[in-house]
Order: sequence, then C-alpha cells, then structure tokens
Amino acid sequence: MAAMEFVAPSSIADAVSILKASNGNARVLAGGTDLLVQLRSGHTHPQQIVDIKHIPETRTIREDADGIWVGAAVCNAEIGEHAVLRAHWPGVVEGLELIGSAQIQGRSTPGGNLCNASPAADGVPGLIAARADCLIAGPGGERRAPVETIVLAPGRTSLEPGEFLVGFHLPKRTAKSGDAYLRFIPRTEMDIAVVGAAVNLTVDGSGAVTAARVALGAVAPTPLLVAPAAAAIIGSPLDDAALERLASAASAACNPIDDKRGTVAYRTKVAGVLAARAARIAAARAEQY
Amino acid sequence: MSKIHVTSVVNGEPVEFLCEGGQTLLDVLRDELGLTGSKEGCSTGDCGACTVIVDGRVVCSCLMLGAEAAGRTITTIEGIADGEKLHPVQQKFLEHAALQCGFCTPGFLVAAKALLDHNPDPSETEIRYWLAGNLCRCTGYDKIIRAVQDAAAEMRGENTHG
Repeated sequence: MAAMEFVAPSSIADAVSILKASNGNARVLAGGTDLLVQLRSGHTHPQQIVDIKHIPETRTIREDADGIWVGAAVCNAEIGEHAVLRAHWPGVVEGLELIGSAQIQGRSTPGGNLCNASPAADGVPGLIAARADCLIAGPGGERRAPVETIVLAPGRTSLEPGEFLVGFHLPKRTAKSGDAYLRFIPRTEMDIAVVGAAVNLTVDGSGAVTAARVALGAVAPTPLLVAPAAAAIIGSPLDDAALERLASAASAACNPIDDKRGTVAYRTKVAGVLAARAARIAAARAEQY
Repeated sequence: MSKIHVTSVVNGEPVEFLCEGGQTLLDVLRDELGLTGSKEGCSTGDCGACTVIVDGRVVCSCLMLGAEAAGRTITTIEGIADGEKLHPVQQKFLEHAALQCGFCTPGFLVAAKALLDHNPDPSETEIRYWLAGNLCRCTGYDKIIRAVQDAAAEMRGENTHG
C-alpha cells in the first residue's frame, strides 16, 4: 500500500475538487478503521487517500435551532463523551459506542460506519430510527438524504462519484421522546452484530405511543427501516399485545444470511425479541425526557 | 511519488520524518523512527499489540497513516517510563508475572496507562472492557487484570503490600 498520494483538504470545496479530479481513483479517509484494513488486504487500490478530518464541519458536534449536527469524522469515543448527545439521543450514542475496542473508538467515526456499508454496522440503525439526515457534498453542490437511503448493498452506497458525507443532522427532540439500540452477539464484547435493533419513540401523557421508528441491522443486505413494526405500536400503550405485534413485524421484515454467528431462523426470531426490548427501554427513557 | 514530510511530537520530543502516503504510523514508528516496542500482530486493529496514545486517545497504530500524525502528539511504549524508573503498570506487570512471551505486553501497558490516566480507580469490569481490544494468548488475562488493579492502587497512593 505504498504508492498512494495522501491529501488532507481543509475545506468542503477543496475536498470536492480533489475528489472530482480523481475520477473515482480516490478513497475518502475518516477514521480509517475499515479503509486501512481494505488497503492492507488489497481490496482497494486507490491512487489517492483524501483525509477529511481537517475540514472543520466533519469534526464538529453542534446544537442548532433544528437539532444537533454531528460531523461525519468525529470519533466515536468523542460522541460517547458528549453530554448533550447522550442526553437527547442515548440510543444513537449506544450504537456508536458499541463499535470495536477502546482503540477503535478513538479512530472510528459515524460517517465511516455508514459509508463502509456493512449490513451489521452498529451505528446505523440508531441513526435511521432517529430520522437523521446526511449532508452530502459533491460536484453538484450539497444535498441532504435520509440515512436509510445511503446503503444500497453490502459495501455499496448511493453516494455518486466525487461525493462525500460531511455529517449528520439529528432533528430537534420533542418532549417525552426516547431511543434505544440493542445488539446481540454471542459474547460480551468485540464481535459483529448477529442482530441489531433500534427504536425511537414518543409517548403522550398517558404513556401511549404517538410516534415511532424501528430499524434493524444484520438481518438483511442493508440496515432496514421497518415501518410496519413502528405502526404496530403507534397508538398503543406499549402493552404486551403491542410488543408482540412489534416483534412479529420486525421478524417479518428480516431477510438474513446463515453464517457462523447465527442461522436465518435464529436471526429472524432474535430481531423481534430485541426490537421489543429496545422499545421498552426507549419508552422508559421517553417517560423521563 | 515524493515522500511526505511530517512533523509531530513523539514521547515528548519533536520529530520529523518522511513517509509514503500509504505507510502506517506503526511502520513509521518501527522503520523510520526506530521505535520497535510497538508490535505488529494482526495489522487489522484486532489485537492491540501496536497500541499508542494519540492526542490522549488510544489507537491502533496499524490503522493510522503516518501522514495523519502531522501536528499530533504521540506516546508509545518507549515513552511511558520516567527515564530509568518504570511506570507503575510496567513495574506491576513484572511483579505479577503478567506476561509470558511478551509480544502483546507493550500494547497492554500503553492501553492500561491510558485507562489509569483518566480513571484512577477502575473496577475489574471496567479494566476488562477497556482492555478488550488487547489480545493475549499466554496469560489468560487474570494476571494482567491484577497487575493493573495493583498499579492503580499504587498510583492512588494506597500501599497494597503493607
């Protein structure tokens, strides 16, 4: 992996012009925890590495009138330490904090987790459930796209040639809202999700669910936004019957692989169980928010 | 293609080096700067043998490019002792025989030092989770955990061998 040019632009405009001039022979570097492994294994042979961490927008977490901006290249450890993010979006934070070891947390980023386009990315279901938007910059200017529209297939995104992800915008939190992310792995740390489930919901004064988003990871070629699972609990007091409907709808959305971590039947069953548990945690958080 | 000129601070000293665009920080440390304490185990960020501290955060130096080190402050295993005086985690690893072949040890020591820098009194669970990114195939970990607990106690000024 030697004969590569390394460039570290300090503005979005510079990065866009570098990427445009590269004609698809560049790779964007954020935390590098996936890219360097791919370079090492020979999976990718770019002529240029474009480090986006010197672009201020990619490295910022900032509250604004409409919510919170999270730069694509903020490291996940920093996100885990951010009191405001933890308070408003505990489910988003717990997904991103599950990625790898302390060493990986110090480098890996939410933007990289999304753009690596793994079906099992732990950070992505939480961002989808949160209704996060991506800000994407490219030769055609800037555009916004919901997180659930980015991953098209394992390793493939909807970003056009020359485009890169600048960051995420999380919407403003309304009262009595909460989110949660749960992952199942066969041990307690350092593994890839067998199933991941994120739920983001709002309750009213009586505890009835007024809005919900449910997202699943590792149970299909892409992370899934499961609208029927959300519909199964909206209007309910999140009683056992509603949670059972939620679990069934989540399981019904699954189209997983069989591998050493779990069979199709197992993943499908666990997706429903985890979605229901995540909904309970999200509701408990919503009551406190 | 011309090499990249990089200036950074390594173990408290300003350093300059030349590297290729695709050269990892680990390769720069070992091959350009002669700091061979950081080990290459897996080169995929799984084993932690190459752990260094960059601007206060532990990272796998195999997953960072040398060119990214520009302007950053890096601590390697060579920088954690105070001259001839071992850092408490180093001393306690010796006392507790928390190593066998020793290949993983530099990574464990750097990671443990970083933990104690920001958490002087970690629980056993916290130590085990923090060190989950460092693999050891000899010790079975228990001696490592005890060494870190003992080092933490000593750094807090508690005399554990009274």
